[in-house]
Amino acid sequence: MLKGKTAVVTGAAKGIGKAIALAFAEQGCNIVLNYRSSVAEETIREIEAKGVKCLPVQGDVSDFAFASDMMKQVKKEFGSIDILVNNAGITRDMLLMRMKEEEFDSVIDTNLKGTFNMIRHASSIMLKQRSGVIINMASVVGVTGNAGQANYAASKAGIIGLTKSVAKELAQRGITCNAIAPGFVETDMTAVLTDEQKEKMMEVIPLKRYGQVEDIARAAVFFAENTYITGQVLNVDGGMVM
Amino acid sequence: MVFEKIREIIAEQTGKDAEEITLETSVKDDLDADSLDLFQIINDIEDEFDVSIEDPESIVTVKDAVDFVESHK
Repeated sequence: MLKGKTAVVTGAAKGIGKAIALAFAEQGCNIVLNYRSSVAEETIREIEAKGVKCLPVQGDVSDFAFASDMMKQVKKEFGSIDILVNNAGITRDMLLMRMKEEEFDSVIDTNLKGTFNMIRHASSIMLKQRSGVIINMASVVGVTGNAGQANYAASKAGIIGLTKSVAKELAQRGITCNAIAPGFVETDMTAVLTDEQKEKMMEVIPLKRYGQVEDIARAAVFFAENTYITGQVLNVDGGMVM
Repeated sequence: MVFEKIREIIAEQTGKDAEEITLETSVKDDLDADSLDLFQIINDIEDEFDVSIEDPESIVTVKDAVDFVESHK
């Protein structure tokens, strides 16, 4: 059903983004793999081994001009943008009282503005196609808040508002826009937490296990396959938030 | 030349025949364009002629668009 479609995944060098890129490749989608600093050759080969094309594009999603150039390149290379997954995200955790302006700004720039930038430039292509699937990576902390993550939680809550607004604006052209809100997923981003913090997390996860990147990737494929769903936030969190 | 290109952009976006579109045509009223169509037409005109249309509301007829492009080229 997704065979031959073009899926753009930002922040796809590792973690959740990489898992999503692989999951769409598995479905037969050609992959545009955006990354900021570096990507392993092996990741590209792993995607190509599934019989699809992989176009790696290096660049920072918070750069409006880069987003424009990247979408133009994708259109030229593959002719369409069918699926856009805004996954690129960073954390700069710090209690509010000690949070520097730069720590707040950089998280908002990459997570929220980066998502806007990509949608802004992909949407004109999707509008012409009269089809498209946009999937944004939110977080359960965007719903609940989290001490030490005022910047990150604000960016993720912003993404939820952005998702719903985009869903309303683009629905008349058959374009869907949804968000996935992961809970605690085992990645480099959460590996920095102390054992004590991790144990505390486990206490609030009813399913009593941490999420895996593949759990999130399956949710992304679900949204791409179910185009009667739009404007929704799907928590993939082992029951953390109900 | 500007008119022909703009006519082509509008025809593509609205799915109408280029012949139907004249300088007097109102994009919104005569071609049943909705707000998304209008913004896409504006975007395409901006890209095509490398201009920036700050006030899309000022473009009502095809002539408005042609005049804008010719005075900003």
